[in-house]
Amino acid sequence: MRNDDGRPQSTHEEYLAMDFSNDPGESLPGLALDRRQFLQLVGGGILVAISTQYLEAVPQREGGRGPRHPLPEDFNAFLRIGEDGRVTGYTGKIEMGQGVITSLPQMLADELDVPLESVDMVMGDTDLCPWDMGTFGSMTTRFFGPPFRAAAAEAKAVLVELAAEKLQVPKDRLRTKAGIVYEEAGEKRVTYAELAKGQKILRHVKGANPEEPSQFTLIGKPTLRRDAVEKVTGKAKFAGDIREPGLLHARLLRPPAHGAKLTHVDVSAAREIPGVQVIQEGDLVAVLYEVPDVAEQALGSIKAQYDRTESNVDDKTIFDHLLKVAPQGQTVAEGGNLAEGEKAARQVVDQTYLNSYVSHAPIETHTALAKVEGSKVTVWASTQTPFPLKEAAASLLGLPAQNVHVIPSFVGGGFGGKSNNQQALEAVRLAKLVGKPVQVMWTRAEEFFYDTFRPAAVVKIKAGVTDAGLISFWDYGVYFAGERGSQQFYNVPHHRTVAYSSGWDGGPGAHPFATGPWRAPANNTNTFARESHIDALAAKAGVDPVEFRMRNLKDERMRRVLQAAADKFGWTPAKAPSGRGYGVACGIDAGTYVAHIAEVTVDKETGHVRVKRVVCAQDMGLCINPEGAKLQMEGCITMGLGYALTEEVQFQGGEIRNRNFDSYELPRFSWVPEIETVIIDAKNSPAQGGGEPAIICMGGLLANAVFDATGARLLQLPMTPERVKAGMPRS
Amino acid sequence: MKKTISFNLNGQRMNLDVDPSRTLLWVLRNDLGLTGTKYGCGEGLCGACTVIIDRKAVRACTLQVKEVAGKGVTTIEGLAKNGELHAIQKAFVEHDALQCGYCTPGMIMNAYSLLLTTPQPSRSQIIDSMDGNLCRCGAHRRIIAAIETAAKQMGGAPR
Repeated sequence: MRNDDGRPQSTHEEYLAMDFSNDPGESLPGLALDRRQFLQLVGGGILVAISTQYLEAVPQREGGRGPRHPLPEDFNAFLRIGEDGRVTGYTGKIEMGQGVITSLPQMLADELDVPLESVDMVMGDTDLCPWDMGTFGSMTTRFFGPPFRAAAAEAKAVLVELAAEKLQVPKDRLRTKAGIVYEEAGEKRVTYAELAKGQKILRHVKGANPEEPSQFTLIGKPTLRRDAVEKVTGKAKFAGDIREPGLLHARLLRPPAHGAKLTHVDVSAAREIPGVQVIQEGDLVAVLYEVPDVAEQALGSIKAQYDRTESNVDDKTIFDHLLKVAPQGQTVAEGGNLAEGEKAARQVVDQTYLNSYVSHAPIETHTALAKVEGSKVTVWASTQTPFPLKEAAASLLGLPAQNVHVIPSFVGGGFGGKSNNQQALEAVRLAKLVGKPVQVMWTRAEEFFYDTFRPAAVVKIKAGVTDAGLISFWDYGVYFAGERGSQQFYNVPHHRTVAYSSGWDGGPGAHPFATGPWRAPANNTNTFARESHIDALAAKAGVDPVEFRMRNLKDERMRRVLQAAADKFGWTPAKAPSGRGYGVACGIDAGTYVAHIAEVTVDKETGHVRVKRVVCAQDMGLCINPEGAKLQMEGCITMGLGYALTEEVQFQGGEIRNRNFDSYELPRFSWVPEIETVIIDAKNSPAQGGGEPAIICMGGLLANAVFDATGARLLQLPMTPERVKAGMPRS
Repeated sequence: MKKTISFNLNGQRMNLDVDPSRTLLWVLRNDLGLTGTKYGCGEGLCGACTVIIDRKAVRACTLQVKEVAGKGVTTIEGLAKNGELHAIQKAFVEHDALQCGYCTPGMIMNAYSLLLTTPQPSRSQIIDSMDGNLCRCGAHRRIIAAIETAAKQMGGAPR
């Protein structure tokens, strides 16, 4: 039997039988529970699951290494319409400030024709939500959004079918609005709640047709955060706010430096503190108590000795070290003939750009609570990757994955840094050892020590420009940042881009500690180098930097974005350094195009840079929530001030010198410039990323503005006052 | 070593049997279950643990609980009255002045103490007063705007 639109039609019972008949265990793929348990858990109503056809092209781990998980073949998104008419969306994604807790319900409510207020979200719960690799790479809206919308569109189709049966009205005469199916030009109507009542329908579909942009009512409408009330009242639960009966707080003994080996430990004083439990198992030394501050005191009483391997690598010598140990390069892009391009060049600029290690530094440190009851494990964690955590916890304890239930709480900032789950596995291990629920909340010093820093990196660029102000060649090598954002989008006839070490972890012997993805991984480094170099070429050619970019840009999307930024800023052409302190930079990240223009002042005595104004234009395709998108853009610009101006991890070998915010300076209220954001209307193109793109330009943008103000071309981030002063031309 | 410490917490009299040298932050979060006050740095450098003691913003992570004996302590949980959000909380919601929300209680409490002492602050007074509170997500501009709105709303008569 087929519907008029060609989809197979069958009864509800047939759907159930059909969709899962090939599944011997009757379990729902990607879920820990079987179908019956699942339906019991979520309750009655209408449940729609949708397959992954949209997701096949999604990279599993952008540019990184690590275990690859096959995408489940069955479904990635689903939602439920409950017997009370409320809609619940289930997603493996988590909320860490990026705002999908608001934009995903907007999609559901729009597709389903229900008020936004009637949509609830269940996020990242590994028992209830479909498998997901993790929340990173600005992928939620881009890749999860389409199947989520499709599931909603399908749910609406189910409701209309049910209504047609109930009202005895042909489907094509039915319309939907505000949670009601009604007869067009008639009086019959039925609510979604009435339709869902007493139902136990599970639809599993391969595709559906989401709405056209002209039908949108909530998508594209600026919408305030839906988690704000919980967060302003202190009610929002972060991992550290979870309490369980009998809970113990753990503090762990940490080495003074990465690579240090514990040779001797004396825990006798800690054991004497009443109620303190001491765990010693190989390198794991921990103290546990019912409140964390007493556990901290107990930890302080432990005497430990370490064998430290001395290393000469520090924050100054790291760049030479990296160049020395760099692996062979891999060509990212190539075209034309570099020698020919060099011949055509009138001016050549050959420069090396550096950027330091940078910390994620979320205000919430890594935190988790684990409970082990027999062979069942429950973990509440501050994590961007609940499903990989579930697998890791299971393998740590030698249990089947379905015995582990991970419940993510609100995440107090992630930025790529909360994907490793070390703290959660520590909690799991300790909970198993002591037989009680255990909470691990890292101190700020632990957070700096175990952070997977943005890698220090080097970029070498040699490029030339013709008499006509056209880039004739571009020879680009990036070391240890990764290749994201290294692809050239200016129009260059002869070019080569080579990545030396393609991921962010550098491989053995490269970094003295862990490195990892940091908001828009690799792209901050690549965009800093590229946009600085483009600016240097413009200055050599004596052409205004916006005009120079336009002259070398054929990409219409980028031209439009750059023009929008220039218009908003009120850019007037001048060749740099003009003394005005204006800078420009553009880039592409997560499918989104951005262009920034800034105004800075530089104190020539102290080298201190003050950012007065930043304008940012962004083409992100279809924008689901313009308010949320602007909030992300402002956040990117503000956070980006840090890696551009002050943030730099200080270290000697494996010893991290930054232990708190007094030695690692995050952007503050007094630094924040006027920020103006423009979102280009592009609702007919697919939605692209929004959490990262607007941060990528901040290094190049401010370096170019500093050059325009002073004539100092800064080649290293961060641009500390000392570096700015040292770079100043001697008059 | 335990002693009874008496103080007023969010409008309620509290007699707490506690080691007086313990840190207020952990007593609030663990002994009293008020988890809205957050740990961020432990050294008074980030402001996530800001509470109000007798109208002044104080960092609970560096304060011993005996210091509050006989005083009035307000935490984020005590700001809304009878289910009605405080004007500052409302303004934070209306301005989308937060992202991850972890620093938010500390931000709001710090702003609250500013408006108690300076009901109509200038923009630069707001920035000066908030400068010691860290936000990693970058909601700063909206937080400033929210405090301006709240000040206007409260009309110079803070409670």
